[in-house]
Amino acid sequence: MKSKAANGFRFVVLLLLGLLMLLPMAWAFLAALRPPSEPFAAGNVFFGSHLSLENYFKAFSLAPFAQYYLNTFWQVGAILAFQGLSASLAAFAFARYKFPGDKILFTIILLQMMIPSAALLVPNFSTIRFLGLYDTILGIALPFFGSAFGTFLLRQSFMGLPRDLVDAAAMDGCRWDQELRFLFLPTAQASLAAFALSSLSWHWNDFLWPLVITQSDAVRPLTAGLVRFTQMGEIGAQWGLLSAATMIVTLPLFVVFLVFQKPFVRGYLSSGLK
Amino acid sequence: MKKPRFLPYLLVAPTLLFVLLFTVLPLAEALVGSLFKQRLNIPKFQVPVFYGLGNFADLFADPDFLQVLVNTGVYVLALVPLSLVVALGLAFLVEEKLGGIAWFRLALFHPTVLPLVSAATVWLFFLTPDYGLWNQGLHLLGYTGPQNWTGNPSLALGALVLVAFWKNVGFFMLFFLAGLQNLDRSVIEAARMDGASGLRMLGRMILPLIRRQTVFVTSIAFIGAFQTIDHVFVMTQGGPSGTSSLLLFHLWQVRFERLNVGQGDAVTVLLVAVLLAFTVTNFFWGESREK
Repeated sequence: MKSKAANGFRFVVLLLLGLLMLLPMAWAFLAALRPPSEPFAAGNVFFGSHLSLENYFKAFSLAPFAQYYLNTFWQVGAILAFQGLSASLAAFAFARYKFPGDKILFTIILLQMMIPSAALLVPNFSTIRFLGLYDTILGIALPFFGSAFGTFLLRQSFMGLPRDLVDAAAMDGCRWDQELRFLFLPTAQASLAAFALSSLSWHWNDFLWPLVITQSDAVRPLTAGLVRFTQMGEIGAQWGLLSAATMIVTLPLFVVFLVFQKPFVRGYLSSGLK
Repeated sequence: MKKPRFLPYLLVAPTLLFVLLFTVLPLAEALVGSLFKQRLNIPKFQVPVFYGLGNFADLFADPDFLQVLVNTGVYVLALVPLSLVVALGLAFLVEEKLGGIAWFRLALFHPTVLPLVSAATVWLFFLTPDYGLWNQGLHLLGYTGPQNWTGNPSLALGALVLVAFWKNVGFFMLFFLAGLQNLDRSVIEAARMDGASGLRMLGRMILPLIRRQTVFVTSIAFIGAFQTIDHVFVMTQGGPSGTSSLLLFHLWQVRFERLNVGQGDAVTVLLVAVLLAFTVTNFFWGESREK
């Protein structure tokens, strides 16, 4: 146990560091609520004469943020659904059966964890173009339909299942899909949740790949939409407006995080099992 | 029960298919493509022509590319040690119980949740010359140097390091924290009783005990530094005059702005080689010492 003085010192240091870390977001949050007619100036950077939502309205009128939200939902939803399905099946096969070539196949799949997809942007762009999926939500999502990380994580927790239990189920005439659904998946709930959250936040935040594979507002996700917005010529340095756009993109996700903090943190940490 | 012979292969097939299609195939594609000259904006070179190692030779003869390599080296070697050392320090600070500790952790961790493009936009505002809070704060501390952080050739790369540091330090802290919380307290206390100094304990006891977390965090920090360049798009576009261009951003420019397909493949090959060096080293280092 540390002394009272040491704890007091720790408290002050943490308070200062915490405030420093919060400052950029806090300032942008306030800036978005400043009336657009009152520009920032030295010595006058926080509140305007009153709080105003005008910047938010203007941001919504300049770019289809609602559409971007919808696109992002479809994108992360499709990825999660397919990844979850394909990874469950593969993990089940690797954990439940021994078959010729299983080691080699598993190693090939693990290759995906060793080469970050960001580096393969250029050839994947050609593949998606070739498949005729350029500028579609499916085109953004397709490269991520298989997940080595998910397969690895689920296989780990599937292998924790007692062998006797699995054998007994097989003796009782349990079909493989029943084994998976009623025996394996229920034991892997924590891994599934961690995998789902890390997948969601990873793809929600992804920017470069959606940027190169889309060109229209009908499919562009939030991240690419925000960057396009910041680069619109007529906006310039209207920081209140840019901050409002950033908040539109960021705050809802942030609230979700605050509500589900514990499982989120577990999800982040589980990506540590890689 | 009859042994299902083909079932496992069917179950593995979807994952395998996507890995082959979007990891293995593109790797081969880039390797082959890097040996051909193909430039979509020059009629003569629209059809690929065999070029041997010419794309690589061109790259290493190009002062712009050499600058990108230097930038990337400086960026990574500044960002990774800085973030890791501070993250470890923060983990120590937030590890033990204290009133409001959950809030402090949240304050340090919150940038992790934000998309990097949002973080970069917020920081662009934060770094505004003159009235921006960053420059006002520095002014209070006695700083009188240039204020245009994203537009000054000697500061732009530093601005990128700053944002990435802010974004990631809480994330790395989380892993160190998890490691520290698994430590056996009594060992540490015993060492402290014996009069071991703080630094000695850190180097001889604590770091070896959280080795697994340290190796892991170090490798994700390196890989992350190479593969995330969203803030370059938002803040500097690689400028001024190429002083803040990073490898992956350069790859994007070569392929999608200059439309030089062959050279884009060559940069891809180099980038993959660098990343593989880190992931494979981490994999074997982490495995071999575990036993």
